[in-house]
Amino acid sequence: MTAASWLRHQAPASLQIGLTVTLLWLLAAAFAPLLAPFDPIKTDAVNALLPPGGGHLLGTDSVGRDVLSRILFGARMDLLMAVAGVLGPFVLGTAIGLLAGYSGGWLDAVLMRILEVTISFPYFVLVIAIVSIMGPGLTSYIVSLTIVNWVTYARLVRAETLVLTQADFILAARVLGYGRGRIMARHIFPNAIVPSAVFLMTDAVLTIVLGSSLGFLGLGVQPPTPEWGVMIAEGRTYLGSAWWISLCPGVALCSLAFGLSLVADGVAQVLDPES
Amino acid sequence: MDPLIQVQNLSISFATPQGRVDAVKDVSFTLQRGEALGIVGESGSGKSVVCRALLQLLAPNASVTSGQILYDGKDVLRMSAAELNAYRGEKAAMIFQNPSTHLDPIMRVGDQVAEGLMIHRHLSKTEAADQAVALLDDMMIVDAPRRAKAYAHELSGGMRQRVMIAAALACAPGLLIADEPTTALDVTVQAQILGLIRKIRSERDLTVVLVSHDLGVIGQVCDRIIVMKDGQIVETGTTAEILSAPKDAYTRDLIRAQPSLLPDRSEPDCSGPTLITIENLSVHFTAPRSLSDIVRRKPAHLVRAVDDVSLSLKRGGSLGVVGESGSGKSTLARAVVGLLAPTSGTVEIVGQTRDRSRLVQMAFQDPYLSLNPAYTVAQTLSEPFKAHHLCAPSELPARLKALMQQVELPEDLLTRKSGQLSGGQRQRVGIARALAMRPEILIADEVTSALDVSIQAQILDLFRRLQRDLELTLILISHDLAVVRYLCEDVAVMRHGRLVEYGKTAQVLRNPQADYTRTLLQAVPKLTTIQDA
Repeated sequence: MTAASWLRHQAPASLQIGLTVTLLWLLAAAFAPLLAPFDPIKTDAVNALLPPGGGHLLGTDSVGRDVLSRILFGARMDLLMAVAGVLGPFVLGTAIGLLAGYSGGWLDAVLMRILEVTISFPYFVLVIAIVSIMGPGLTSYIVSLTIVNWVTYARLVRAETLVLTQADFILAARVLGYGRGRIMARHIFPNAIVPSAVFLMTDAVLTIVLGSSLGFLGLGVQPPTPEWGVMIAEGRTYLGSAWWISLCPGVALCSLAFGLSLVADGVAQVLDPES
Repeated sequence: MDPLIQVQNLSISFATPQGRVDAVKDVSFTLQRGEALGIVGESGSGKSVVCRALLQLLAPNASVTSGQILYDGKDVLRMSAAELNAYRGEKAAMIFQNPSTHLDPIMRVGDQVAEGLMIHRHLSKTEAADQAVALLDDMMIVDAPRRAKAYAHELSGGMRQRVMIAAALACAPGLLIADEPTTALDVTVQAQILGLIRKIRSERDLTVVLVSHDLGVIGQVCDRIIVMKDGQIVETGTTAEILSAPKDAYTRDLIRAQPSLLPDRSEPDCSGPTLITIENLSVHFTAPRSLSDIVRRKPAHLVRAVDDVSLSLKRGGSLGVVGESGSGKSTLARAVVGLLAPTSGTVEIVGQTRDRSRLVQMAFQDPYLSLNPAYTVAQTLSEPFKAHHLCAPSELPARLKALMQQVELPEDLLTRKSGQLSGGQRQRVGIARALAMRPEILIADEVTSALDVSIQAQILDLFRRLQRDLELTLILISHDLAVVRYLCEDVAVMRHGRLVEYGKTAQVLRNPQADYTRTLLQAVPKLTTIQDA
């Protein structure tokens, strides 16, 4: 059976809807130059603060840029931030969680103390501190999130690993003389990964919001590059008179978050090893 | 006199994601006052569903499609919530298989017994507590006043089951339903609990429904037996009739598969050279100390799981290691296979060079936990070949086919995940995985104890055949003497980590030297009726 027909007929509904929404945004990002009716960066003071309708479908902002075009181009940056922001923490946290949970002993103790020290810092303060030191930009964003956010994945994976390590099929694997690496990668990993794979999707949403917050603080994407968080921030002074400047990118952010959450639900159902 | 319980044309089905499952089909029986009825059947026979229905304790996805259950003429299935609360506990009560999960872990056991008295009898707290202690005393719990203040985890399995019976009987119900009450217990404890059920039944004029997969257990308590299969009653009759002259073919199969009726081992004694020598083996564990213990310099608690055990086994021989829970038999197996390092003593295996996994393999107890749930059968069986580069990738399919044939599984199961297999099929896959390494020694750790008796008999036959065909040396860990008698030439009886008795199976079982071996032998339920006993 092909993946396409499986998705159409047998995949859980949440996965179908979630993937559709996410895929639409991916397409929008990929084909933004073709789809966008205007240049997202060029200002046009004459046509500033136009309401939705007419030539500008979603209106224009305070310097006359087309909101729709900026949302489409902004999707590129936001999706990139979502992926880049969760991948580092996921990989690092999973590796550390597996290692700590399966090894136990002093290695587990050391890794868990490092984890606790990391957790004891306020999340946002630590991210902002690292970004401030390294300077705004995608690299510092990825580095800071990896340093701060691996702890959640490490804890999830370690907890699963601790239980699995005692399972008979892991004992069987040890009796069969499989190496440590093989047991961790091929026998524990596929069974330990479900909770963090689900959290990964939720985390992607949180990461977009965090990236937008950084933009809001001037530590994220620099204007005039279109990004949803920055757009929402820019429109806040016009909320009374020109609501569309903030509301439209806000709705875009919500719909992507909604799509990713549904994907998370669906992934949880599909990955459940018992099914 | 009217019967106490009348079940008429009862049918129950469950709504599952895979569709409707008919668990009970048109079941009718009556239960006279003071009678003890046994319901026997294998997993999926619907016996537990029937006994839960007697208390209207059905799962939310269950629906009664037809029939009624009359208790004293009143339909239990149509009682209101208030009527049910009065019915449960006062008229009918139930005890369950696993007393460790059916008791509240954070409530003192005395309070759990007293709770029913306070609710149904409106006793004051002190009166109820006093009666609870008296009840625990009736259940032959030694030092009941002190035990009443204990929590469930501080008691042994047998003690917990006594507490559960006390709680069930607190309000003197006329009917006691026991669902596999001794399945999770050791045989010696099982004998005590069955004795207790017989005693309270005659003392209190109790009507008893005993559900079990084990005809031996039922035969010791019940006057009449119902045999169930696939949700239907296949045969019903007095205990003597069923056990001595079963009419239905399935009943006959069930009786024949009883471990206690298995024949003695018939193979000639093995005469090979010594393969395994275990000398003065000890495996001790220290329980982790809490910070306060370390500060107070309290010494760590030492558990002598295996204590000074010496055994030897010839090539092609078979050794049964028998003991109850906590006897150290599984720890011994793990030390032999190399999962645990000995505290002192040695395990020597002739021909061992570097990797013990090539020589010794193991099959595990629980077929639901011993296979990787994320893998298909083919993936599970391929792993040994890939990890140890045992064959070229092109040969792999043929090797998997051969393995499946060895354990008598159809090849099309290769693409299934372990979740889609039955318990017996999973157990066979586990054995096939061990055989992939072509080991000389196979350790079977309680491989049949989680299986239905008919499946158990098939797996035992498989072991017998494999041992003969592949010239395996077999170490069988079991709590069941009958299984050992059927398969093993030698037997080692263990208790509290020590070797109590060790010798040829035939001699040890016929003429046991140690008191403990004798107790163990007597405790095994046999297929004799209570009239004979």
